[in-house]
Amino acid sequence: MVMRIPAHVLVVAVSATVTLAASSQKSAVPANPDDKTILHVLNRIGFGARPGDVERVRQIGLAAYIDQQLHPERIADRGVDEQLAGYETLTKNSRQIAQEYYAPGQKARQAAKKNAGDATQDRPQLTPEEMKLQRKMREPLIELSEQKIVRAAYSDRQLEEVMTDFWFNHFNVFANKGPEQEYLTSYERDVIRPHALGKFRDLLEATAKSPAMLFYLDNWQSVDPNGVHPANNRAATTRGFGRGGIFGPRFPPQQNPNAKQQQKRGLNENYGRELMELHTLGVDGGYTQTDVVNVARAFTGWTIDQPRQGGSFRFEPRFHDAGEKIVLGHRIKAGGGENDGEQVLDILAKHPSTARFISTKLVRRFVSDTPPPALVDRAAQRFSETDGDMREVLRTILTSPEFFAADAYRAKVKTPFEFVVSSVRATGSTITDPNGLVQQVRQLGEPLYMCQPPTGYADKAEAWVNTGALLNRMNFALALVSGRMRGVEPGDGQVGAALANDISSSTAATIAKATDPKQVAALTLGSPEFQRR
Amino acid sequence: MLSRRVFMKNGGLALLSLGFAPAFLSRTVEAATAGRRKILITIFQRGAVDGLNMVVPFGEREYYASRPSIAIPRPNDAQGAVDLDGFFGLHPRLAPLKPLWDARQLAIVHASGSPDGTRSHFDAQDYMESGTPGVKSTQDGWLNRYLHAREHADATPFRAVALAASLPRTLQGVEPALAIGQIGQFGIRGGQATDMLQASFESEYAAAADKVLNRTGNEAFDAIKMMKSADPSKYQPENGAEYPRSAFGDALRQIAQLVKADVGLEVAFAELGGWDTHVNQGNAVGQLAQRLDDFSRGLAALARDLGDRMGDTIILTMSEFGRAVAENGNRGTDHGHGNAMFIIGGQNIKGGRVYGRWPGLAREQRYEGRDLAVTTDFRAVFAEVIRAHLGVTDTRSIFPGFNDNARLAFIA
Repeated sequence: MVMRIPAHVLVVAVSATVTLAASSQKSAVPANPDDKTILHVLNRIGFGARPGDVERVRQIGLAAYIDQQLHPERIADRGVDEQLAGYETLTKNSRQIAQEYYAPGQKARQAAKKNAGDATQDRPQLTPEEMKLQRKMREPLIELSEQKIVRAAYSDRQLEEVMTDFWFNHFNVFANKGPEQEYLTSYERDVIRPHALGKFRDLLEATAKSPAMLFYLDNWQSVDPNGVHPANNRAATTRGFGRGGIFGPRFPPQQNPNAKQQQKRGLNENYGRELMELHTLGVDGGYTQTDVVNVARAFTGWTIDQPRQGGSFRFEPRFHDAGEKIVLGHRIKAGGGENDGEQVLDILAKHPSTARFISTKLVRRFVSDTPPPALVDRAAQRFSETDGDMREVLRTILTSPEFFAADAYRAKVKTPFEFVVSSVRATGSTITDPNGLVQQVRQLGEPLYMCQPPTGYADKAEAWVNTGALLNRMNFALALVSGRMRGVEPGDGQVGAALANDISSSTAATIAKATDPKQVAALTLGSPEFQRR
Repeated sequence: MLSRRVFMKNGGLALLSLGFAPAFLSRTVEAATAGRRKILITIFQRGAVDGLNMVVPFGEREYYASRPSIAIPRPNDAQGAVDLDGFFGLHPRLAPLKPLWDARQLAIVHASGSPDGTRSHFDAQDYMESGTPGVKSTQDGWLNRYLHAREHADATPFRAVALAASLPRTLQGVEPALAIGQIGQFGIRGGQATDMLQASFESEYAAAADKVLNRTGNEAFDAIKMMKSADPSKYQPENGAEYPRSAFGDALRQIAQLVKADVGLEVAFAELGGWDTHVNQGNAVGQLAQRLDDFSRGLAALARDLGDRMGDTIILTMSEFGRAVAENGNRGTDHGHGNAMFIIGGQNIKGGRVYGRWPGLAREQRYEGRDLAVTTDFRAVFAEVIRAHLGVTDTRSIFPGFNDNARLAFIA
């Protein structure tokens, strides 16, 4: 990707005394930060300041605060634990969620359709009991969405929340594809969050083996088209030799006229392609279509055990293409089985394009829509020398002069999720039922867990600034401060924390005309300044 | 500057009498004097409508053999299809569209669809909206790429509007597009203090040094004023048009309002679901019939309401794939492949004809032995609308990798 970087972004505005070593840098974290600088940090490594936060960070020390956030495991987070105690789906595994929440509702739906009988009926009539079961099917996603709001608003592990959001979006899956919702809770809890500040290779493998990803990018049904396996022939007994060792004749797909959806079984390149384009190397990372095919071949057999019953990862040797593969110039020997995929993940995680691609995305998230190339270089170098240790890559970014540069200040437009949560924090509001806020984020254009393409949501201003969305933000600000926002009790109306009192004279003059403190708060949250972080 | 008289004649919003004229509105009026812009209204039937019961190939013996309980009877039989050309007929509940067919304002493309064989709603809708079948990483939608190809200085905030809760994939991308649930609710909602709050927000954004937010904010407040003047609550459909009382009917009525308010609408989007008829689909009556009733009465009302403006307008319908030729064990139909698309327009439509090569329904003529084969790539239909109606001659940037050579020529 060619990036045009305006010259002014390259100018380091803060800490002219900082010297940069080849692979590391001195910390550019100011020792005596002003309110603006502390707010900048709170806006970037978290979801904005609550009343009193700026003072609290000043007492801890800004450098110490950043270090603390880089070690979420050292932060007790009892407040959030208590808030989420009543959410029963959050601790369940996918099998439990499938059995307890989906299976009964699905059965009821089928039964209702069958019983409808009379074809003149518009739609099946559900009994109250059936309706209850249908509602139950939606609970896991509702609870997951609500916990995302609660954590972002209240968790003391703010950076972990930001990174969980970042990685979920990076390894995006879409809640409305087939049975994806059965797997989402576990995907975020067991796959993404534990690795949010860990080693990239571990995270990559966790996603590659997650049923959520296997399902979303179709790898669960990618099979060696020449293999002998149940998908191609239930009673295959004939065997022969050829590419990849043992294989049988090619059988036609099963014919089942009543099957809701018939899949032609064969190689599915979807995961192989997105793994390189979106998860690791980047679109210009130096791979070819042949690499896509060979990566897809390496992952044949990485599938799901009982996919519609919340089952987990399983390697199925009968689906696997056992032949030799060349991936990005590396030879993966024939007969490697499950290890073929592991080797591909090794190759990709170590590839310099991956270090650069991930670093660029992180710098875009934390610093600017136009990532300063020198910082991307240093972050990528840190990525390579630490074997993809995200804590260290983040440390490089968060203590860099570029991060504290004047250019980076309010350089990012908040996403709808960031805007909603930072509004709640700035006003010191109390969330009594997060569902109203979940709906708000959806109306502002970022439905949680509902980003359809594998790219995830865009991390650039253009994606979020448009007339309709801007008006909706102002209306949200009005509803929030006036107590009209369902499930939120507004704070005392003081929003000084929101912008560290750093607003333009024109905004100040406009706000000064308002007499009611609620109007002052609404005009602050809806102001151009508060749309940025 | 335009004279007040020209403005009143063309705009019809009487904004000047209220004492203001938003900047972009005067641009629109200038554009109007140079000839109205073409409008495209797209309708997505989400869930895969059964094209074979929508546009019935009653001339096919195989059609009746494959659908013992759900087939639509031949035109002369009770509750039979509405004969179009002696081979195809409309589902009886699509009868409201027959006058458009007779007036040659309705063209149909049958056996159209995706070159990708997926039978997943998710993937197929994604491909139809991104306009890049088989490629999942496309971030923007084809309608947004069209808007980008025709970027112009006269664009208003209402240039592209989806009457929907959220912006559909088709309209996502770099060009601004609005999703509006109810146009009457468009604006600042601050109770009794609305006027004061709106003025305050407006002045904040008007004075913002932040260029992106400044421009967008100014447009947003212009748009509010424009919408207020259009006063959607007082809207009365014309020419005796009667919209169905349904979410779809509401959406289409609001599209007509926006068109007639001359707010710069160029692309509109509406959608309706309920087409995934696996069980008890029904025939001339039943589930599918009810959905088609809403669909056809809505489209007929919109065309009637727009009246003369249909000369500048095309309504295009689509659905992600068709359904299997044979009915299943539950008197329904499973996911299939080829489908039918409707194109409704003014005099430039060469209507009254079913376009596309008909592949036949015999088992060996079907796709994978079970579905109506696709003989027209849906992109050929989109591309023709973009070329011949909207005037972008080179569609390569809108449909990358698509060879736009097969011309159906349903637009004169």
